[in-house]
Amino acid sequence: MKAAGRVFKYGDNVDTDVIIPARYLNSSDPAELATHCMEDIDKDFVNRVHKGDIIVAEKNFGCGSSREHAPIAIKAAGVSCVIAETFARIFYRNAINIGLPIIECPEASKGIEAGDEVEIDFDSGMIYNRTKGTSFQGQAFPEFMQKIIKAEGLINYINQA
Amino acid sequence: MGMTMTQKILAAAAGLDHVEAGQLIEAKLDLVLGNDITSPVAIHEMDKFTEDKVFDKDKIALVMDHFIPNKDIKSAEHCKCVREFACKHEITNYFDVGQMGIEHALLPEQGLTVAGDVIIGADSHTCTYGALGAFSTGVGSTDMAAGMATGKAWFKVPSAIRFHLTGKPAKWVSGKDVILHIIGLIGVDGALYKSMEFVGEGIAQLSMDDRFTIANMAIEAGGKNGIFPVDDKAIAYMKEHSKREFKIYEADSDAVYDEEYTIDLSTLRPTVAFPHLPENTKTVDEITEEIVIDQAVIGSCTNGRMDDLRAAAEILKGRKVKKGVRCIVIPATQAIYLQAMEEGLLKTFIEAGAVVSTPTCGPCLGGYMGILAEGERCISTTNRNFVGRMGHMKSEVYLASPAVAAASAVTGRISAPEELGL
Repeated sequence: MKAAGRVFKYGDNVDTDVIIPARYLNSSDPAELATHCMEDIDKDFVNRVHKGDIIVAEKNFGCGSSREHAPIAIKAAGVSCVIAETFARIFYRNAINIGLPIIECPEASKGIEAGDEVEIDFDSGMIYNRTKGTSFQGQAFPEFMQKIIKAEGLINYINQA
Repeated sequence: MGMTMTQKILAAAAGLDHVEAGQLIEAKLDLVLGNDITSPVAIHEMDKFTEDKVFDKDKIALVMDHFIPNKDIKSAEHCKCVREFACKHEITNYFDVGQMGIEHALLPEQGLTVAGDVIIGADSHTCTYGALGAFSTGVGSTDMAAGMATGKAWFKVPSAIRFHLTGKPAKWVSGKDVILHIIGLIGVDGALYKSMEFVGEGIAQLSMDDRFTIANMAIEAGGKNGIFPVDDKAIAYMKEHSKREFKIYEADSDAVYDEEYTIDLSTLRPTVAFPHLPENTKTVDEITEEIVIDQAVIGSCTNGRMDDLRAAAEILKGRKVKKGVRCIVIPATQAIYLQAMEEGLLKTFIEAGAVVSTPTCGPCLGGYMGILAEGERCISTTNRNFVGRMGHMKSEVYLASPAVAAASAVTGRISAPEELGL
């Protein structure tokens, strides 16, 4: 499985309130949530994002609320992967559980800038910065989580077990 | 190698003699929680299961608290969806208008959370029940759905940071000041993926309400859970509120911790977290500039309990909320509301010029009941001060204790209770 796209770059502690503000949580429709994705940190994000694009951030991405609406909004906006130095733990679980690919990679977080074209090979965990000609090895998931990802989410995994 | 308190609870729930940090386990759940925002997503996920059933109708709690009484048509539809699900599966612990309270104040009060439990909740502040010696942690809606269907959840066993609390806090220093001090010390990701285990003789000086507040905000340091040893106060609380049997776990003497901190409670001062992160803390003595406020919110799963309302009322008694400041008081549950009424606290609030609301999470997350306009500033006893948290993205939230929020409501700027001669 591969992903490729243009990068949107953010800093430390991107919280779930800026990913999807609570004023929109009266909806649980992915398409509707996607129209407000990143609204309070990057108002123009939804107008510029294209299918396959990648979010790269620094430490503690997705901190704050447990709202699964956050990874749902990112996925429904067309983002193919989120790379960060570290993720907040509930966001990490939620992303795996709904099948939004995420990779922890401090080196990639430092070596990738906004607008770079990036390609990711999920099987090997390799991240290629095509704009700068550099590459980074992302952290591999434990086998158990790989099974959830392959099943395209936790519920399918449980159904199969 | 010995186990931490959290590791011992998780080992028992996984049916294992021993677990180590980093180990992936599957644990049996004593309670699965959801609210009116997260449950509809979980209920939708439940549709994907091949079998349409819940693992135990008595071990699921559905609490309508965020946007209730419903603030608009869409939130009404969400509650309707959960109500119908609860009815169909005969969920014992479904709490709607009239019985509901803010979930993390309500469940311990209802006796649904006790020491030794393993609890997941689709709300990040589920970590609150660590105050009673339970392992409890926030998850998302899909985990909640899986928990409701199977009664189990997977966990990565966390390592821990140990906080030795010593000394006795001064008059206007509360659990909120303790946890804000700690978050200021270690940062919003200082306990990422880890347990925060509180120990030491200082704990005896903290009320149960203080401990709920401290455990509640473990997530604001990135923690997986916050947990307290079970002492006489915790046992008395559980016996008063619950008929359930509880089990006391203690950390092994040779348990290993990633980091250790000692905090002398007697040296702490009322503390305020500045926008836009809970780690941006200053004591009231360190605030040199005048910070004029438009609103003060006293409530939430962090600070809507009796201790909190009593502290606020002690300050507001015989005083007036400054003209131009909106002061909103939100008792966290119906029982707290009633108790506050019987003690005359509601009269104090209303006479001071504050408003008193039915229990709701409302303003904490910028839902309703106190949304901020552009450029407005609020001092709040809630738990997050992120950009746009309580309204406009150019509004500001300052986090503080009920005492500081009440004193600030009187002066119209962020103030310590001492400024009022208290």
